[in-house]
Amino acid sequence: MADPVISIRGLRKSYGDVEAVSGIELEVHSGEVFAFLGPNGAGKTTTVEILEGYRKRDGGEVAVLGEDPERAGREWRERIGIVLQGGRLEPYLTVAESLALYAGYYRSPRPVEEVIETVGLGGKADARAGKLSGGQQRRLDVGMALIGDPDLLFLDEPTTGFDPEARRQAWDVIGGLRDLGKTVFLTTHYMDEAQRLADRVAIVAGGEVVARGTPDDLGDRSAQPATITYRLADEPVSVETTTPVETLNELTAWAMAEGIELEGLEVTRPSLEDVYLELTRSE
Amino acid sequence: MSLVLHQLRYDQKVFWRNPAAVFFTVLFPVVLLLIFATVFGGQTIDVAGGIETTTYYVPAIITLAVISATMQTLAMSLVIARENERLKRGRGTPMPPWVFIVGRIGNSIVVAALMLALVAALGRILYGVPIPWERAPELLVVLAVGAASFCCLGIALTAAIPTQDAAAPIVNALLLPLYFLSGVFIPEDELPSGVIEFANHFPIRHFFEAFFDAYVNGAGTALSWSDLAVVAAWGVAGLLLAIRFFRWTPRGG
Repeated sequence: MADPVISIRGLRKSYGDVEAVSGIELEVHSGEVFAFLGPNGAGKTTTVEILEGYRKRDGGEVAVLGEDPERAGREWRERIGIVLQGGRLEPYLTVAESLALYAGYYRSPRPVEEVIETVGLGGKADARAGKLSGGQQRRLDVGMALIGDPDLLFLDEPTTGFDPEARRQAWDVIGGLRDLGKTVFLTTHYMDEAQRLADRVAIVAGGEVVARGTPDDLGDRSAQPATITYRLADEPVSVETTTPVETLNELTAWAMAEGIELEGLEVTRPSLEDVYLELTRSE
Repeated sequence: MSLVLHQLRYDQKVFWRNPAAVFFTVLFPVVLLLIFATVFGGQTIDVAGGIETTTYYVPAIITLAVISATMQTLAMSLVIARENERLKRGRGTPMPPWVFIVGRIGNSIVVAALMLALVAALGRILYGVPIPWERAPELLVVLAVGAASFCCLGIALTAAIPTQDAAAPIVNALLLPLYFLSGVFIPEDELPSGVIEFANHFPIRHFFEAFFDAYVNGAGTALSWSDLAVVAAWGVAGLLLAIRFFRWTPRGG
């Protein structure tokens, strides 16, 4: 396998007495969308800003595109794109002008019209950034990070504070980045966002990675017992089982033989949300 | 260099599309000139052997316009760009950070030069105040030293402004009193000598003096090196403070 795009070993960072990041380890591989999921204050932004070269670490090894972000220069910046969490665009420039301004910073930028299409702002090229909706502004923001044709894209909480429609639009754009072959490092505190977008997820809490995996098997979700619930004579019944197929077969065979209706029959597994809340619960 | 021009081109677009910037930097000095000329016109001011009020106010308003285009515009626009993470975002690109600052300074100097031309032309057309073509080189030297120095002071001032909302009040609280005390708004023959002495501690008074001497025939030596030296010294101090304390990341919130 090729070298990882991002590799972090024993990363540490403190602000005064508070340790924001205490020993994070992870690898992100080429072409994957990686979600760094955790509650506010878990150390997500600190970590991503260390990866982006904005902050210095106190300890540990970090390599992004094979270089240490603290010492990386212009050539390295040609290959990354950054969408900041709280950034606001220049309101008096149009969509096309904002992209053309940033295109001028890179040696071989992608064509402005192409990026406008990629982020779904066709027809808005001449609209001022200040007149766009929140979701459209964030898509332009992603466009400005894409204009240099980077290999690696950082998105720090790209949909925080958005209404459902704007989130869906932003998700469509981020999902499309995978098709462009970009590696995406995404931070979020929304479980559904990680589930929808990411190939792999790391859950971070208290400055440490507490779980990692694909969204489906995170926290060994697939190996955990399923719960079968139904109502019998108006009394709710709940059965936990590690072999749901077998248990269900026995249950329904019994019900049919007895001629009983199992009202509200349901089989559930712990959702990603259950796993997330369990893992990030602060003591 | 081409990158600086690229940046400057977009800074110019942003400046001229921002109604607040255009109003305070371009229209406000013109309105002040019209008001002062209307209210105090036709009187004689006991400066440089007695001159028309309008002859006094044209260089005074140019002084204000240059400081507004440089120090005020830079301090406000850089704080807004810093607090909205646009400076931080720019640092995440391959563009060298100095390009951004030099582009903004270039933007301010373009606007300052335009304001010099505009107010001088209005003074000539409306009030017959002669444009001192024969001292154009001296005027440009004063403009260059003043604009550069007040740009440095504007960048340094951003370090003292914690939030976007605080930018306008802080800048105005510094500049407005000094305009009054330096004889920019009120002719200096009306001001007590103690006031001028106090104002002499600050660069606005010296920039005004240097500019006035270059602009008004017979006001003094065309190039007042001593005043320019004080302005330049403030500029260098501003530059050192700016290098030491300028921040690319938000301070507020």
